Amino acid sequence: MANPLKCDLCPKPATVHLTQIVNSKVHKVDLCEACAQAKGVTDPSGFSLSDLLLKASLNPESSVGGLRCERCGFTQSDFKKHGRFGCPICYETFRGVVEPMLETMHNGTAHTGKIPHRAIERKSFYDRVARLELDLAEAIKSERYEDAARTRDEINQVKQAFNQHVAL
Amino acid sequence: MTISSLIDTPSELTDSVSTKTAIVLMTRIRLARNLAGHAFPGWAKPAQRVESFALCRAAVAATPQMKRSVDVAIADITELERQILVERHLISRELSGAKAGAGVIISKDQAFSVMMNEEDHLRIQVLRAGFNLKRAWSSINDLDSALEDNLDFAFSPTLGYLTACPTNLGTGMRASAMMHLPALVISNQMEKIVRAVNQLGMVVRGLFGEGSDASGSIFQISNQTTLGESEAEIIKRLGSVLQSIVEHELNARGKLLEADASKLFDKVGRAFGILQNSHLLSSSEAMNLLSLIRLGVDLGSFPEARRAMIDRLFIEAQPGHLQHAQKGEFDPGQRDVIRATRLRSEFADFVRPDFDLKNKTKS
Repeated sequence: MANPLKCDLCPKPATVHLTQIVNSKVHKVDLCEACAQAKGVTDPSGFSLSDLLLKASLNPESSVGGLRCERCGFTQSDFKKHGRFGCPICYETFRGVVEPMLETMHNGTAHTGKIPHRAIERKSFYDRVARLELDLAEAIKSERYEDAARTRDEINQVKQAFNQHVAL
Repeated sequence: MTISSLIDTPSELTDSVSTKTAIVLMTRIRLARNLAGHAFPGWAKPAQRVESFALCRAAVAATPQMKRSVDVAIADITELERQILVERHLISRELSGAKAGAGVIISKDQAFSVMMNEEDHLRIQVLRAGFNLKRAWSSINDLDSALEDNLDFAFSPTLGYLTACPTNLGTGMRASAMMHLPALVISNQMEKIVRAVNQLGMVVRGLFGEGSDASGSIFQISNQTTLGESEAEIIKRLGSVLQSIVEHELNARGKLLEADASKLFDKVGRAFGILQNSHLLSSSEAMNLLSLIRLGVDLGSFPEARRAMIDRLFIEAQPGHLQHAQKGEFDPGQRDVIRATRLRSEFADFVRPDFDLKNKTKS
């Protein structure tokens, strides 16, 4: 790279270079005069380098092609622009983009905190009922009435069990 | 309830007299949550925003914590009312500028507030006076669980709660403390502290969060990372950082008194004189003077019971609150006159400082 360093936040040449160690990892930022001013780098009390670093690290260098979220239409270049994702499904679509960022961004790469157990149970219940209802429709369509009756009973059982569980 | 009723109702932040609030004014925890299957607010189309707002609003309003709450859409309140909510730390600056399909529900005691369609569908917040991380966590955890009964949160077993910005993944939790650190500022140690705190993975900000200045020597310290540690671990780590900052501040106060007590007393005494007699006070000067009076309370020059009044004035001397009290909009120059008038009257019958600290037992 023979080019002079560009500012991490805009296309101007960088004249301010900062290095900081956070959680024993070295972070570097290069900024132009205007961005350094705007980000308050010159004001030691109001300035958080780590904040800035996080935002800078949101620009993934590797371009993993032009990915697009099927659910919400969000694209990888949208992410470069906004630093935010479009919907929860984006985390599956852009997994290859997110995973390398997590290591510098966080104190680990796997969640070890609170789990919304009830919400998860509810979701697996919805999914199961939805699958069974598909089976049921399929069975009726192909005139397998015994299968259909069994599936219908199973749906009722699953619903009953869930409602009892929720009532507890 | 209405926004203006918030100002006259006793609240967690403005009416605490406990000595526990001496250095840590308040503890705050917020959780970022999103609805599964809905686009994040920043990307959602207007109709989708309205839909997710309605879903969240109904669920939040139904929780026991939000009985008799203030429940407003941002579009339905005035610019001034929004500013008041920002000054009371009940909404963020970002939410105050939000488009349609955004709002906030605030509990009667103003301890809980839930912002809807800010950066995430839900930003659940709890405020507690003083150094109270564990109690704050247990109350916000209850509210979050109550919401979980009626809302399907976006969650991944490996990434945790899914948030619009990957910096909030995992717990989605930002725990913070608002600290009054005048001695560290006077003795020029803040830069060193900020650096050390950053290295421990914590962030230091000014009074009103990102990009705000630290007038009044008030700083917010919070965790930077949200993924890879449990809520309890983050809180424990933050708690020990806060504890050590408290010790540094106390040491710095001790050293200032030892090295040149008159210099410190001079600052407190002059601040008292200006507050009693000035006719023009900018917001930032007022904050710095109040900060010195507050330090005076901590040192024993003023009675302990006066600290709550200072903490209330920290908020009520802000532009939004001043204009609300005067029932009008004023330009910054006029506000400085109004602010000075208000503070002169507040300090007119304030006890004179007593700098003879030797007779007092050190607290």
